[in-house]
Amino acid sequence: MTALGTSGSIIGRFANPGRFLALANGVLPVAWALTVLFFVAGLYVAFFDSPPDYQQGDTVRIMYIHVPAAWMALFTYVTMAVAAFVGLIWKHVLAELYAKAVAPVGAAFTFICLVTGSLWGKPMWGAWWVWDARLTSVLVLFFLYVGYMALVDAFDDEQRGINAGACLLLVGAINIPIIKFSVDWWNTLHQPASIIRMDGATVDKSMLLPLLLMAGAFHFLFIALAVFRLRTEIFARKYRAASLRGAA
Amino acid sequence: MAMNKKERLQFSLLILAALGLATAIALFALRKNVSYFFTPQQVQELRQLDDARVKEGYVFRLGGLVKQGSLEKTSDDLLIKFIVTDELRDQKVEYKGIAPDLFREGQGVVATGSLKGDVFVATVLLAKHDEKYTPPELAKEMKKLHSEKTGKPDDKKAGKPE
Repeated sequence: MTALGTSGSIIGRFANPGRFLALANGVLPVAWALTVLFFVAGLYVAFFDSPPDYQQGDTVRIMYIHVPAAWMALFTYVTMAVAAFVGLIWKHVLAELYAKAVAPVGAAFTFICLVTGSLWGKPMWGAWWVWDARLTSVLVLFFLYVGYMALVDAFDDEQRGINAGACLLLVGAINIPIIKFSVDWWNTLHQPASIIRMDGATVDKSMLLPLLLMAGAFHFLFIALAVFRLRTEIFARKYRAASLRGAA
Repeated sequence: MAMNKKERLQFSLLILAALGLATAIALFALRKNVSYFFTPQQVQELRQLDDARVKEGYVFRLGGLVKQGSLEKTSDDLLIKFIVTDELRDQKVEYKGIAPDLFREGQGVVATGSLKGDVFVATVLLAKHDEKYTPPELAKEMKKLHSEKTGKPDDKKAGKPE
């Protein structure tokens, strides 16, 4: 097993597993409470207290799930890629475990994004799926998550799996700007960005509120799941180390 | 790998820079093939170059806005004729089938089909909407303001060509 954090470095000082476990116990209840609060408020405003769209009618409400899920799908991947990089270079144990811990969470967000997008595409565009650059690049993101999980578990030695996975994550990171800018670089059926754009959001205020509430809900859900799963990974590694010592 | 921290950092950054460059070059080479549709202007340009992708009878996708005032219903209930425009060029389109709910004048469309003479005969018609989300009352209000300003009733364009 690698050394638990290089205590001399800044990263090592602020994020060793012991300190993380203590922090996790404090963070988890708060994160879960905020998740519930934001989901209740967000879903209420999304379904009962926001207007339909002038063209799309009530189907626009799919946006309040679809868009936050898409944001989180990208965000999760970026955090994993950064952690993989830190893990590869500085051999920091928390960074190494982080990507492995949150990969299923990111895959789930991507899956939600694809499914809700499909359900939205049929009534609005007239097709469940098209192979335009945006949809295809998000599907590739889903495969990257699934491929990462398969690769990490494909080695007998956990450390080798984590290292191989980290390389895949870093190579796959090139897909993130492709997803983001696909709608600007090429003609796509998917419309361009509405919120994160240079000239300000093109969503009316009454629709922006539920969207931001739901985005908050998804973020807190992500924090809760990430902390929970990372804690589980640390326990699992401690358990394996202890049972190895017991066997020897 | 017997590399120290600094060597690992340099090695990784070098590999990532090389991969990024390779992807950028690949995407640049693919830029014409990755597009989901051609605009009427692009179709015109490709026709002039005698490009095989837009030859008569070859299937491709055409995208743009349905030109205001161009939609014609025919005696055949399912056959519609309209013009797709990117505000530079126009392309005549015929489509037989059920159009999506969002299909109307001023709205974005992507049609799959092929050229038959000057007319694009579509077999699949998809609606493309823009990135603006607005409640109905506000849209009506904006439309009214717009027509007061220009003095023309109901002449609001749904969006710009992308």
